[in-house]
Amino acid sequence: MSRELKIVEAINEALFQGMERDERVMVLGEDVGIEGGVFRVTSGLQEKFGKDRCVDTPLTETGILGAAVGLAINGMIPVCEIQFDGFIWPGFDHIINHIARFRTRTRGRITTPVIIRVPFGGGIHALEHHSESMEAVFSHIPGINVVIPSNPHDAKGLLLSALQSPDPTIFLEPKKIYRAIKEDVPEAHYTVDTKKAQVLREGNDVTIISYGAMMRETKLALTEYLKTNELDFELIDLVSLSPIDYETVIKSAEKTGRVLIVNEEPRTCGLAAELAAVIQEKALLSLKAPIERVTGFDVIMPLLKMEDHYIPGPKRIINGLTKVLNF
Amino acid sequence: MQIDKSKFPIIYGHDPRKGEMFQVVNEEGEIVNPDFMPDLTDEQLFEIYTWLIRMRISDEKANNLQRQGRMGTYPSIYGQEACQIGAVWPQEKSDWLVPTFRENGMMWMKGVPLEQTYLYWIGNEKGSEFAEDLNMLPVAIPVGSHTIHAAGIGWAERIKGGNNVAVCSFSDGATSEGDFHAAMNFAGVFKTKCVFFCQNNQYAISTHRNIQTASDTIAEKAFGYGLPGVMIDGNDVFAVIATMTEALKLAREFNTTTLIEAVTYRLGAHTTSDNPKIYREDSEVEEWAKKEPLIRLDKLLRAKGILDDEKAAKVEEDARQEVSIAAKKALEAENPKITDMFDYLLSETYPELEEQKQQLIEETNE
Ligand SMILES: Cc1ncc(C[n+]2csc(CCOP(=O)(O)OP(=O)(O)O)c2C)c(N)n1
Repeated sequence: MSRELKIVEAINEALFQGMERDERVMVLGEDVGIEGGVFRVTSGLQEKFGKDRCVDTPLTETGILGAAVGLAINGMIPVCEIQFDGFIWPGFDHIINHIARFRTRTRGRITTPVIIRVPFGGGIHALEHHSESMEAVFSHIPGINVVIPSNPHDAKGLLLSALQSPDPTIFLEPKKIYRAIKEDVPEAHYTVDTKKAQVLREGNDVTIISYGAMMRETKLALTEYLKTNELDFELIDLVSLSPIDYETVIKSAEKTGRVLIVNEEPRTCGLAAELAAVIQEKALLSLKAPIERVTGFDVIMPLLKMEDHYIPGPKRIINGLTKVLNF
Repeated sequence: MQIDKSKFPIIYGHDPRKGEMFQVVNEEGEIVNPDFMPDLTDEQLFEIYTWLIRMRISDEKANNLQRQGRMGTYPSIYGQEACQIGAVWPQEKSDWLVPTFRENGMMWMKGVPLEQTYLYWIGNEKGSEFAEDLNMLPVAIPVGSHTIHAAGIGWAERIKGGNNVAVCSFSDGATSEGDFHAAMNFAGVFKTKCVFFCQNNQYAISTHRNIQTASDTIAEKAFGYGLPGVMIDGNDVFAVIATMTEALKLAREFNTTTLIEAVTYRLGAHTTSDNPKIYREDSEVEEWAKKEPLIRLDKLLRAKGILDDEKAAKVEEDARQEVSIAAKKALEAENPKITDMFDYLLSETYPELEEQKQQLIEETNE
């Protein structure tokens, strides 16, 4: 049985099922209880599971993420909600210095299977600090998995999968498409591999890699492009931003010889740069063109009036595509 | 220098640990604490009233603009106007204001034209480009983060031998952030010239103040840092003015930072994206509405013969006109240039950045 769900609803369902199956799972964050979260992702959880398992915390990300370390060490599986991406930084110490390190430091004796859910990225015309894409910062940290779904089906399956993992996960939620896509999601419990990139379409001319909300922009750009052009493209949803599934990526790059990477983070030292580095290391002789990065710019995310000039849209993506095809 | 505490009778004479809350004018508009009534002329009283009306109408306008899709998310100050006015009224022009995001009234009084504040919430960077002579930081959205910046400003002021005080405004939720702890601690250790002004409006979005802290008051947190703390009626503009006057003096003359907890209530939604009906009862709002700042100010001024229906109507009419002119200016203002995001980044540009800028220019011209 399945029915159509949006990403917010799919994540909500995953949390319900995760909490039902395992009583160690608890949700904590700002306004996650009575309010059900500012995006309503945790809606109904407190009613169903009570105030000890869906917890409105004081307003402190250090508190939320730091306490999650202790909760996890003492047997709980905390799912932390960070209200918006820009507010994770007060708690960053606990991610980089503790959550990611306990396993190594204790030689596997103490682990911290914490899930950190973060509404992520721009495009909803929100306030300052509500729209940044800093995924490379997270992927840069050894010792923590980073995943991002681009659709409701994966949103549910990836979260349920992360809940079963003995390792910590940063679960980025593309807030621009929280409610934009509705699709069939199975009612039953299921998992989606958090370590695997997904080939959404096979093709021979060019490899296009994207993830999260930019996957939708990329598809829009392709629809536009295909109105007047023919193209046998291969489309990859990266899904896992750490570790990266290079096997899938390299195989595709070797086949097509042309690679376009689309994301919305600032360009320098970004995930696209990392992908490009590894692709040239492993598939240089297959490449027919320089790897093209379509990204945001190396600037402070502008306020909402100018936000759309920062975020890659179909135009920038088509320009990048044309460049990599015509080299 | 030893502080003569008798010179600061509000701050040192009201102990929040005993549940004492300082008030000058009660909900009925009666002066219950005449010794502490600030020395204000009839003109000044009328000016305070005018400010309150202007703020209320500007707030209503912003909410409407947002509803019409002409403004982004907006945080209302409805019900908190006594705090907004009282925190700025006693300041010297050169004192610093370090606001969070619910200080639209304070910023206006401090000297930011209303149309500029509107610009910020419309999502235009020019909203934070203040006049050169204004000692004020822009809106701080990351909750609590600016409290420690205020401590730094007040610290530098003491080092420089300056005389300005950094007034930092925030709300109950901010007191849970680590930065608030650091700010209070630095303020105590480094004898900074600050006033920490907490508008305890009872909620941080849906989170009630009782979830925020297990302590009975926010003001009493000050004592743990070796600082004075005082709890006041934040809906009584005169209590706020009187307390802020003392706190500014204490900071200016004795490098001592006070934590003021101004007890108030956010009568409106958290922001235009919030629906407060999810987390609070109408009856609670109605109870607090009886205590809001305008009712008592209106009564007091009428009792003094400073205000009547005719004058009130005129104040409102003028405010509406002023506010709609400000809104019009903000709506008609030019957007920032698309290249601004590159040009304001650093003092000098660099080749890679210029290349990206060129890319955006070409993309936009296509
Ligand atoms: C560091 C940080 N975390 C979360 C948020 C999201 N957020 C915006 S306002 C708010 C509540 C603020 O409550 P409070 O400090 O009491 O101020 P009020 O809104 O009541 O004026 C939250 C959680 C934020 N802006 N910054």
